[in-house]
Amino acid sequence: MTELALDANAERARGRTGRLIVYAIIGAIGLCLLFAPMLFPDVRSQEVAARICIFIVLVASYDLLIGYTGIVSFAHTMFFGLGAYGTAIALKMMGPGWDAILLGGALGIIVSLVLAALVGLLSLRVKAIFFAMVTLAAASVMAVMASQFSDFTGGEDGIIYKVPKLFSPATKLLTDEDGKVLRIFGAKANGKMAAYYFVFFGSLILYFLMLRIVASPLGTVLEAIRENEMRAEALGYKVVLYRTAIFCIAAVIAACAGILRAVWLKYTGPETSLSFAIMIDILLMVVIGGMGTMTGAIIGATLMSLAQFYLKDLMALASEATAGMPLLPELLAPDRWLLWLGILFILLVYFFPAGIVGTLNKKGGHS
Amino acid sequence: MTAPILELDGISTDIAQYHILHGVSLSVPEGGVHVLLGRNGAGKTTTLRTIMGLWKAREGAIRFRGDDIAHLHTSEISRKGIAFVPENMGIFGGLTVEENMRLATNDGSFDRERLGRIYTLFPALEKFWTKSAWSLSGGQKQMLAIARAIIERRDLILIDEPTKGLAPAIILNMVDAFREIARETTILLVEQNFLFAKSLGQTVAVIDDGRIAHTGNMADLVEDTVLQTKLLSLSLDAHQ
Amino acid sequence: MDSTSNLFERFGGINLLPVLLAIVAFALIGSPSTWVTLTVAGLAMGMMIFLMASGLSLVFGLMDVLNFGHSAFVSFGAFIAASVLAALAAWVGADSIFLNLLAIFLAICAAALFGLVAGWAFERVIIKPVYRDHLRQILITMGALIVAEQLILAIWGGSPISVPRPNFLTGSLIIGDVSIELYRLFAFALGLAAYIALYMILNRTRVGLLVRAGVENREMVEALGFRIDRLFIGVFVLGSALAAIGGAMWAGYETLITAAIGSEMMIIVFIVIIIGGLGSIEGSLLGALMVGLMGNYVAFLAPKMALASNMILMMVILLWRPYGLRPAVK
Repeated sequence: MTELALDANAERARGRTGRLIVYAIIGAIGLCLLFAPMLFPDVRSQEVAARICIFIVLVASYDLLIGYTGIVSFAHTMFFGLGAYGTAIALKMMGPGWDAILLGGALGIIVSLVLAALVGLLSLRVKAIFFAMVTLAAASVMAVMASQFSDFTGGEDGIIYKVPKLFSPATKLLTDEDGKVLRIFGAKANGKMAAYYFVFFGSLILYFLMLRIVASPLGTVLEAIRENEMRAEALGYKVVLYRTAIFCIAAVIAACAGILRAVWLKYTGPETSLSFAIMIDILLMVVIGGMGTMTGAIIGATLMSLAQFYLKDLMALASEATAGMPLLPELLAPDRWLLWLGILFILLVYFFPAGIVGTLNKKGGHS
Repeated sequence: MTAPILELDGISTDIAQYHILHGVSLSVPEGGVHVLLGRNGAGKTTTLRTIMGLWKAREGAIRFRGDDIAHLHTSEISRKGIAFVPENMGIFGGLTVEENMRLATNDGSFDRERLGRIYTLFPALEKFWTKSAWSLSGGQKQMLAIARAIIERRDLILIDEPTKGLAPAIILNMVDAFREIARETTILLVEQNFLFAKSLGQTVAVIDDGRIAHTGNMADLVEDTVLQTKLLSLSLDAHQ
Repeated sequence: MDSTSNLFERFGGINLLPVLLAIVAFALIGSPSTWVTLTVAGLAMGMMIFLMASGLSLVFGLMDVLNFGHSAFVSFGAFIAASVLAALAAWVGADSIFLNLLAIFLAICAAALFGLVAGWAFERVIIKPVYRDHLRQILITMGALIVAEQLILAIWGGSPISVPRPNFLTGSLIIGDVSIELYRLFAFALGLAAYIALYMILNRTRVGLLVRAGVENREMVEALGFRIDRLFIGVFVLGSALAAIGGAMWAGYETLITAAIGSEMMIIVFIVIIIGGLGSIEGSLLGALMVGLMGNYVAFLAPKMALASNMILMMVILLWRPYGLRPAVK
């Protein structure tokens, strides 16, 4: 009897240490992202930092579906793209103004909401597996259409546009006595910094919104649905309505992430917003981080983005080193980074389905 | 006293996180019809499915002719000589009656004599031999399910609520059929319908809330109206 | 109302839908010769897609396994066939029909062999560990698809590969104004032969009987004494081989292939099995023919809407029949 109790205590202690480690890592990441312009002033790092912020939002919103509610959808990039393209097209047509961002963004959000509601209601009638396939088909069709209606969307090449003056690198936010742009710990306080903090705080707000949702009664119902749908229905919860609701919420948040992306990159194209590669990135991040944990999104997004950053460099070296051999150089070529991430992904799903956070928290992930 | 053909010893089965069976112990003598009575949700179907290996018991032993079968795969349990007629009958609607029957044979060929007897017991099957099984009525599907269990000789037939949803006339026909079948094999019949059960069963076990509440001879239970009332308060269904 | 639906049923019911589609298309297209060309193309494409889809449908119907990596066999089949044909270029280009056929035969065999072997390995390594877990199945097989595409890029490079068509199949049959590509007739014939063979196996053999029963009720088949998981490996491997053959045929059809073939066909295959219903080759054929015809007609009438039109077709059918047109399990 006492042995069991001791074991349980040990488990809880381990879980607690695990959680502390997770919070420590999150804290570190959070601080790095907050002070990114100062800590990593070069252009490439800024790019990675902004990307991490946006993907945290994207992955967390996807986790609401797959981790918290148990819905497998491949249409997430579709909503991301709608938000991005909405903003982009508006900025291109209306010129670089805040009204364009608001209008285009709102349009992207509304279309996402409507589509999500339609798709969500469809899940009424079909099996979960069909639903997954339908979302896949929907996302592909959207991607193909974006390429084809090129006068509108710029086709394969995408569209380039200007953003509000506030975000222009030439804009000086703070100046010193000589009128030159002030440097805060080595980073220029210019429009670029403003753009970064736009992305950072935008992501932060969206992330906290999701934390609130998860902690709310809605979040509890969703988890109940994931665990045992029939029981939830028997308890009186209209499962379909809840799933549709969360599907719409996740879609809207993804669209918002798309808006941030469009403003940051000053470019929107199928590769950066609609491609299947992004969906794969999201899947990898959510699995690495841990499904059903908001913190997993942060860790997964950060790890993957950094890995992509460094992995390609590493692979380039390895490819050169094996230059003489038959197949190896091609397998190790930096363009093939997705091959190794794919293998990693398979191994993770097989051996560590709970992801990093799940394993640390000893939550066990999904059975 | 012949050894029992089937023995359950302290079987506990869980489904997901729900405990369904709690230490069920049962002994089925060889030959004749033996009834497991119980109301909805008592654990009757779970017991049969556990015997058949479709659900694995968390603890306890199952012995068939002395061999432990609890760890075997369903197909192996079937090959040991146990036939299963599930609650939903398990008819393959897209296949013809003939094809359904062929699946129940060892090598695809029919013993002419046994088939003849089946035609006599269940004439509808001969009539609809080449028709798709989904076009059969409820009663006819049940007949097909039972015919599948007897087209080749089995040592033990597990039957789950065969009279559910069937018209009284068909149920009467079934009583005769079962008596005929029980002459060459052992039947473990799971039922809610006491009236049907008492006309057939030699021994009876009553299961309630996953536990065995009573075992004994059917004849004794039929006589003992006090006991019946007590067990009926567990709402054994005595409807026609 | 009753008599019209009875009439409909007597003439084949749901099976008439492709015919209906063809009739509507004729009304919209007008020109008979164009219509014939498009219809033949649609039927040929449909047959190739059937090869790719039938395995997936049976596998899912039988074992409830979602293999999002199925189309990897299609792309490997295409590339392997392309390489074989390129290696046998002399035979492919020769005047002798015998040599042409031999080359095709070898290319298809190579693809099929790959499908069999790789299919077996895939089932043991990727699928088996996650048998009952749908979520992980989707994720793992998706990962396998990605890895497969990257492997193709690594082995064959990133540029599109040209696929030589056998000499006797280049060119078209001219009947009046109508021009029908010989390759399309060949693809249709091959697909039809495969369908007939599958039909025979499923309906005239004991193994086929087990598969048809298993697709409806796996438990009951096991309760009757059969180990259905062994059967499953056979069906999976066969399905993968068929997909590879489909890919090989597709390579010859398109004559130019890229590594993205797998992902492109994946969507089409999914649309087909959703429309057709899971677990039956009749359903797969029906879905495939409809998708093939739809794609070709719309490509002519409103080119940008080709893929979207199939998507819409799928949605409409799902609203009408949530389980597909001819599922094995209702």
